[in-house]
Amino acid sequence: MELKDKLVSSFMAFENQIDVDTSVHDIRSEAIKIFEEKGFPTKKEEAWKYTSLNTLLKNDFSVFPKEEVALDFKDIKKYFIHDIDSYKIVFIDGVYSSHLSETTHEGMDICLMSAALHKPKYRPVIDNYFNKVAKTDDSLTSLNTAFSKEGAYIHIPKNKAVDKPVQIIHFATGNEAAIMLQPRNLIIVDENSHIQIIERHQSLTENPVLTNSVTEIFADKRAVVDYYKIQNDVQSASLIDNTYISQQRDSNASVHTFSFGGNITRNNLNFYHKGEHIDSTLKGVTIVGDKQHVDHYSLVHHAQPNCESHQDYKGIYADRSTGVFNGKIVVDKIAQKTNAFQQNNNILINDKATINTKPQLEIFADDVKCSHGCTIGQLDEEALFYLRTRGIPEKEGRALLMYAFANNVLESVKIPEVKRRINKLIATKLGVNLGFDL
Amino acid sequence: MLTIKNLHAGVEDKEILKGIDLEVKPGEVHAIMGPNGSGKSTLSSVIAGKEEYEVSEGEIYLEGEDIGELAAEERAHKGLFLSFQYPVEIPGVSVTNFIKTAINESRKAKGMEDMPANEMLKKIREKAELLDIDRKFLSRSLNEGFSGGEKKRNEIFQLAMLEPKLAILDETDSGLDIDALRIVANGVNKLRSKDNAVVVITHYQRLLEYIVPDFVHVLHDGKIVKSGTKELALELEAKGYDWVKQEVTA
Ligand SMILES: Nc1ncnc2c1ncn2[C@@H]1O[C@H](COP(=O)(O)OP(=O)(O)OP(=O)(O)O)[C@@H](O)[C@H]1O
Ligand SMILES: [Mg+2]
Repeated sequence: MELKDKLVSSFMAFENQIDVDTSVHDIRSEAIKIFEEKGFPTKKEEAWKYTSLNTLLKNDFSVFPKEEVALDFKDIKKYFIHDIDSYKIVFIDGVYSSHLSETTHEGMDICLMSAALHKPKYRPVIDNYFNKVAKTDDSLTSLNTAFSKEGAYIHIPKNKAVDKPVQIIHFATGNEAAIMLQPRNLIIVDENSHIQIIERHQSLTENPVLTNSVTEIFADKRAVVDYYKIQNDVQSASLIDNTYISQQRDSNASVHTFSFGGNITRNNLNFYHKGEHIDSTLKGVTIVGDKQHVDHYSLVHHAQPNCESHQDYKGIYADRSTGVFNGKIVVDKIAQKTNAFQQNNNILINDKATINTKPQLEIFADDVKCSHGCTIGQLDEEALFYLRTRGIPEKEGRALLMYAFANNVLESVKIPEVKRRINKLIATKLGVNLGFDL
Repeated sequence: MLTIKNLHAGVEDKEILKGIDLEVKPGEVHAIMGPNGSGKSTLSSVIAGKEEYEVSEGEIYLEGEDIGELAAEERAHKGLFLSFQYPVEIPGVSVTNFIKTAINESRKAKGMEDMPANEMLKKIREKAELLDIDRKFLSRSLNEGFSGGEKKRNEIFQLAMLEPKLAILDETDSGLDIDALRIVANGVNKLRSKDNAVVVITHYQRLLEYIVPDFVHVLHDGKIVKSGTKELALELEAKGYDWVKQEVTA
């Protein structure tokens, strides 16, 4: 049976196994209809022109985990940013792992989506926020919505700076021959509150994994949300990340995406402005090789005056890897005095690697500052020669140049341990020790 | 120290260096002058090991060892240094991190441990002082947005840090104001000893008043057409290159 049919036909069974709140039930039923109608996206769609899910979807993914697997912290410690104190929401094959997690209900909720969806006390919040910023006509988002059951639920009340970062980590154990995971996160940051979140998906075996994740983030007035996505999964794991961010006035939201691994990685990242003086930051470093494929598909919708967005993606593609950058900026007619910057720079290490980069600017206001630039190049041989005349060997020189190329994206990373970890991952990825402290 | 024998080099079908002979002994300063496009920078790049140029004939020896087949970094490890006419900008790497990497890579190549951090810091401070370089400058990205003069001064800072046996300074004086020229020349002179040597490429006599050459060579159309002592530089300054060219064609 094709994966689509399998999913559609298992929807009833899925709905029956959970006790259903009516409003969520309606949303789910509507969502499965959309998915049934649209199916998985194909290369015929403009938005998926360069990313094919065909081969991936031939796997016989099981769509519900069968049994729970326990993991020992010492075996997976390295996937955490473990040198900082943090809240942790950990899932194993889609199932919440309480012994690896550290959640809280003290003065804020950093807990589980399953609880939020089912406990009556969360009903008003769910009614207000669940599936309210996610794109309801998008097939993969709808698929996730239809099966939404588990994930992170975070609600920070007003005037609170969360004392430590939150790590959301999904492990796949290979307990199933092939597994499809559909985490659903809801993050609500009320007025003048601050939060930092680190998200990671990690498969522990070579068994195929397909994750179709949806995260909805609501940043209220003056809220500050910093989100770090560490994508360094094994070759057999693919990720479709759908992140939707709704920002109220004077809020500041940033998403840094570090894509170093995985089979197919698609990041659908969407920012919607609901007030003035909003700041949005989208940054990414992609370093891939082999036959890896990374697709960044972003939207910043400037719908109000006096807002800013800063987008900067760097990509280094080796071997036969492929990349896509599609950055759409929409500036509505009323969104005067918008400052929107977009930059996408790429280095191809090998002539078999490819990148398709396409800025899409739709600007309807006249008093705006928008700039965009994209470059595709090789490493600067002149610079490499310069380094070599100073005694830096070719391999290290190349690495240093690539490191330097990606480096400025890290400047805006606010958690030093995350910065250090990413630096390390970059160095590992480039296969060198850079000779100075990272 | 440096011996070049009948060096021919060029790109694809174009020969740029057409048979160069040069002998630089320890403790000496040689100046190379010559009109634009005569091959001065090409010569320094070929000595430094730029692969873009093909050496069709001739040899280059550093301290008696044929370095013609060595990679640029290996030549650097053997004590060769080139101060670039046009230093390259490398955004994202600070001057300090760059120099640390360079020093430690050279040490690694010699089987030495990394330089201890405090020793490194001390050395950086000392050399920065010697060249009157502001500390803030050292944390900036390498050459990025540096003024012409700052770039040149930074080249000499690297020279001071790396302490090479043979330094080739390709138009280090161009872009420097009078004070900077004095500071930089002074820095170079402080680093000189009976065991190392300097080749300065310049268009102007001015630099040679500070870094006094033992020999002056005139490069023209890929060949050294005239060699002499420091008086030759004065003569060139007064008469231009035409008389040298005429002598050659005559
Ligand atoms: N990579 C190259 N490809 C083609 N031509 C080259 C290349 N490098 C140098 N040349 C040519 O070789 C000649 C010598 O150049 P070079 O830069 O060595 O001159 P120079 O003596 O340093 O001049 P200047 O005084 O202007 O610095 C010039 O005609 C130059 O255009
Ligand atoms: Mg030159």
